[in-house]
Amino acid sequence: MESFFTRFKNVLVLVAILLAQTIGLAVQVRRPVEPGAPDGSNVTLIRYWAVSAVTPLERFFHGLGYIVRHGWSNYVDLRHTRQQNHDLQEQIARLRLEQAALSEDAIQGHRLQALLDFQQHYVAATVAAQVIGTSGSDLSRVLYIDKGSKDGLKPDQAVITPDGIIGKLRDVFPHTSQVLLINDQTSGAGVVLATTRIRAILRGSITGQILINNLTPDSRIKPGEQVLSSGGDQVYPRGLPVGTIESIAPDPNNQPYTLIKLRPAANLNQLEEVLVITGTQPTLPVQAQHDLAAGAATAEAQAAAKQLADQQAAEAAARSAAQIVADRLPSLHDPDHPDTNDAAPAAPGTAAPGGVVPKPLPTLHPDRYTPGITPPAADLKPGAPESPNPTTVTNPPPATQSPTAQQPAATKPRKPQPPPDSTQPQPNPNN
Amino acid sequence: MATRSYTSRRELEQHSFSPAVAILVPLAAILLQALLPRPFPRLAILDLPLIITVFFAVSRRNPVAGCLTGAAIGLLQDALTGRPIGVNGMAKSVIGYIAASIGVQVDVENLTTRIFINFGFFLLNSFLIFLINRRLLGNADFHILWLHELIRAAINTAVALPIFFLLDNTKRRE
Repeated sequence: MESFFTRFKNVLVLVAILLAQTIGLAVQVRRPVEPGAPDGSNVTLIRYWAVSAVTPLERFFHGLGYIVRHGWSNYVDLRHTRQQNHDLQEQIARLRLEQAALSEDAIQGHRLQALLDFQQHYVAATVAAQVIGTSGSDLSRVLYIDKGSKDGLKPDQAVITPDGIIGKLRDVFPHTSQVLLINDQTSGAGVVLATTRIRAILRGSITGQILINNLTPDSRIKPGEQVLSSGGDQVYPRGLPVGTIESIAPDPNNQPYTLIKLRPAANLNQLEEVLVITGTQPTLPVQAQHDLAAGAATAEAQAAAKQLADQQAAEAAARSAAQIVADRLPSLHDPDHPDTNDAAPAAPGTAAPGGVVPKPLPTLHPDRYTPGITPPAADLKPGAPESPNPTTVTNPPPATQSPTAQQPAATKPRKPQPPPDSTQPQPNPNN
Repeated sequence: MATRSYTSRRELEQHSFSPAVAILVPLAAILLQALLPRPFPRLAILDLPLIITVFFAVSRRNPVAGCLTGAAIGLLQDALTGRPIGVNGMAKSVIGYIAASIGVQVDVENLTTRIFINFGFFLLNSFLIFLINRRLLGNADFHILWLHELIRAAINTAVALPIFFLLDNTKRRE
C-alpha cells in the first residue's frame, strides 16, 4: 500500500488537486443564480483575498501613471488649449440652443407623464470612480474601480459614462468593486430600439461583442438605429444610450431569429473614469430642473427676440415701401415746408385716421380743369354766360423749379379759350 | 571538496528558485496581466501567468511542484475574473504537471524545444478551458475560435521566449 502511494505520488497529487477544484466549481455553480450575479459569501471571500493582494499594487501603479499623465497634460502639454477652450465655448453655446429647443418638449413630456401617472426613474446620485485594473483575461470582461462599499456602492448598481452604459457592479469590496461589462458573455440588459420602440434583450459574447438575438426579422430595424436602455431590467435607468446597430443577419444557431450586432456607445476598451448610479428618483433632479427651466427661459427669450426681429423687419419693409411710393409720387412732398419730415411720427391723438392728406403741387399751366379755376356752383346763375376770365389763381412757383423755368409760367399764363358761341366782348389784345 | 553522484537527468538539471522569485514573479505576471489591458486593450491576448507556470514547471522538473504552482497561479487568476474560481486553476494544474513531466524527459533549454512546448501548452490550455466550461460547467454557449487560439498561441510563444531567457538568470542550480 505504501509503495502504491509512493509510486503514484505525482498522479495522486494531481488528481487530488483537480478533485478539490472540481468540488469547488460544483459548489459555485450549484446555486441557482442568474449570469452576472454576485458570488456567494465563500467565493466572495476568496475573491476578496485575491483582490486585496492585487489591488494595492494596481492602485500604486495606476496612481503613478495618473500623476505622470496628468502632470504632463496639465502642466507641460498645454498646446492648443486656447483653441480647445474656444471650441468648447462654441459647443456650449450650441448645446444651449439645442437644450432650449428641446426643453419645451421635455416639459410637455414630463407633464404628460405626470398626467398618465408614469413611473419614471431619473438618475439622482452618482459616484465617480477610476478604473484601476482588469481581469486580465479576454474570456472575462470585468474591470476594477477604486470605490467600494465604503463609498456607498452595492452590487447590481449601474455603471455608466456620459457616452452610455458600461455595465453593472458584480462584487463590491470595501475599497474596490468589480464591474461586469455589458460585452461579457454573462451580461444582459433590457433595451429598446430608439426609432421603432421594439424591446429586446442585449447580451455579451465571448468575442466581446454586444448582441441582440431574441428578435425575429423585421424590415423596420435598420443599421445605424440607436439602442437605449429600457429600464425593464431594474438595473439601468430608462433612456440611457447603449449603442447603435452595426449589422443585422440571420442567426445560424437560433432560427428564425436574427443576430443584431451593436456598436457600444461608450468605448469599453479605453475606460478611465466611470460613474456608478447610486440612486434614482421618480422626479427630475433639482439641477436638471434648473437646467430645464433655463432652457425654457432661453427658448422664450429666443421666441421674443425672433418676434421683435420679425416686427422690425415688417416695419422696415413698410417704411421702405412708403419711401418708394413717396419717391415716385412727388405730391407727397410739401414744397411749402421742404424741411418737414414726413416720416416723423405724429403726436399721439393728433394724427388723422387716414394719415396726412398731401397737398397738390401748383399747376404749371392752369386751364379750366385746374382745381380752383371753376367758380363754386353757388356763385353761378342758371343761364348766365360763362366768365371769360375766371378767378385768377396765384400759384407759387414750385420750389424745385429754377427761376428761369418759373418765369414763363408766371408771365404767360395759359388762358382758357372762350367757347365759340360766346357773346361776351373779347378784349382786344392790340388795345 | 564534496562530490555528488547524479543518477538521472532530473537530478542533473533540476533547478530551484529563491522564495522571493517564486512568489514575486507569478504575482508580477498576474499584476501585469491585470494592468496592461487597460491602456493597451489588445494585450489581453497575452497569458503571462501561463508562461510563468510553464517556465517554473519545466525548470523545477517536479510534477508535484509544477501542479501546485499551476493551481496557485490559476486560482489567483480566476479570483480576479468574474467567472467561477477553478477554471484556470484546473487547466494550469494539468499543464504544470505535464510540463514538469516533459521537462524530465527532454532538454527544455533548447530554443526549438521551448517554442514547441510553449505553443503546444497554449493550445492545450485553450482546449482544457473549453472542456471545463462545456462539460463541467455545462455552459453550452461557450465557444472557442480555434483560429484565434492559434494566433494567441503563436503570440504568446513569441513573448515567452525572451521571458524564459530573462528568468533563466534567476535559477539557482543545486
